[in-house]
Amino acid sequence: MEILIISLIKIVVVLLVILTVVANLVYVERKMSAFIQNRIGPNRVGPWGLLQSPADVLKLFIKEDIVPTSANRTVHALAPLISITVALVTFAVIPFGSTIQLFGYDIQLMIADVNIGVLYILALTSLGVYGVTLSGWSSNNKYSLLGGLRSSAQLISYELSMGLSVVGVIVVAQTLRLDKIVELQSGLAWNAFLTPIGFVTFVVASFAETNRLPFDLPEAEPELVGGYHTEYSGMKFGTFFLAEYANMITSSALIVTLFLGGWQFPYLETFNLPPMWVSIIHILTFMVKVSGMLLFYMWIRWTIPRFRYDQLMNLGWKVMLPLAIVNLFVTAGGLLLLG
Amino acid sequence: MSINSIQVRGKDLSFWQRTYIPEIVKGMALTLKQVFRPKFTRQYPEERWNPPSSFRGRPVLVEEQGVERCVACGLCARVCPALAIEVQASETELEKERYPVKFEINMLRCIFCGFCEEACPEEAIIMSDEYELVFTNPDDAIYGKEKLLMSTDRLKTRLEFLRKAR
Repeated sequence: MEILIISLIKIVVVLLVILTVVANLVYVERKMSAFIQNRIGPNRVGPWGLLQSPADVLKLFIKEDIVPTSANRTVHALAPLISITVALVTFAVIPFGSTIQLFGYDIQLMIADVNIGVLYILALTSLGVYGVTLSGWSSNNKYSLLGGLRSSAQLISYELSMGLSVVGVIVVAQTLRLDKIVELQSGLAWNAFLTPIGFVTFVVASFAETNRLPFDLPEAEPELVGGYHTEYSGMKFGTFFLAEYANMITSSALIVTLFLGGWQFPYLETFNLPPMWVSIIHILTFMVKVSGMLLFYMWIRWTIPRFRYDQLMNLGWKVMLPLAIVNLFVTAGGLLLLG
Repeated sequence: MSINSIQVRGKDLSFWQRTYIPEIVKGMALTLKQVFRPKFTRQYPEERWNPPSSFRGRPVLVEEQGVERCVACGLCARVCPALAIEVQASETELEKERYPVKFEINMLRCIFCGFCEEACPEEAIIMSDEYELVFTNPDDAIYGKEKLLMSTDRLKTRLEFLRKAR
């Protein structure tokens, strides 16, 4: 019973934190794009424009919800829900801190302690493609359909290199538990340094998985009007928007967990701090690392132009996949030689 | 075109260049540098723009010693390509003998070409520096004499500019 209540509290807290961060992430992205383009960005709504995102969400709630007459209504309504669910549920197995002692309980700072955490994440991220594909198909619009098709092709191609670069990490860690993987990366023994090629392929693949800019072909505006969400309006569109940013957070958290030492602060144990402080520093470290990753996502988005579709496929199959395989062999060979 | 003509790249790239990594790093450095550069944005309603004297804002009638210079010759109305100006002349006791009883410019029609200013023999209608024109219905867009009159003090820079240009 206690475990259930603790889990419920953890779920609510994490969900609230993610949703707030998503809202503010839109603001941060707009500010960042503005700075990169020598503009100021939103600064009219509230102090420094901080209320811009709440205002936008409110607007999306008030707007009329239009469903095309020839659309498949059930699937049309279901698709955004699939997207957002997958984006949020993936966060369940990511450890965002070690353990914290509150009210006499030792609370482990991850929602679900699953012993196949990595597999769970890989399974769910590939479910995410259903949201995009079904929304494209059910809208009964050729551009939406093209966006959905592209997205399914893209996600499936990059899933391979993503999975294979994770295998490198698993080979090093000898476990599928994400908390164990983080614990093994103490000090500066981060997997990013142990398997650098795997790190690069994983980051590139997660850009493709989250449909972010160098690979945002499913919503390539100049070619596809709006992409898979052309026929969505109101909060259904808002849900896709939310899912994109939630996906960004989840994949940043995943990159941090798998490759950048998770919540580990390098050499924190040498300071002999009280355990409460250590727990808090761990959570803060995780947050700082994830926000760093998120800023990197945005920085890339406003720097690199979109790939052409054939370039995307070439990169995925002819470069990323062989690189991931090479990474796997190098890591396994290195492990064999060094013990 | 024979079948053997294979497309040759204009420039052979080295392996390192073909990975695009140096170019990506260069681009990222560029965008990072832009973040710290001064911004171009003008915070408009607070920070206004003062147009140079060559700017053609809304046309106004020059008011000298409480009276408009206009002698209602109708040349501006004749030259106006958008047919925005309407003048009705009448006689007056003043030295100029003629004056406009009615002088209306439909600001929805006006295209700010400045032909009226060029055509005017009396330098009576000129383009001011005002560029904020707001009306909530089409009737408000028709500016009568009371809205068009503007004193010479306000129009000093434009009048000087016109003398120089002539």
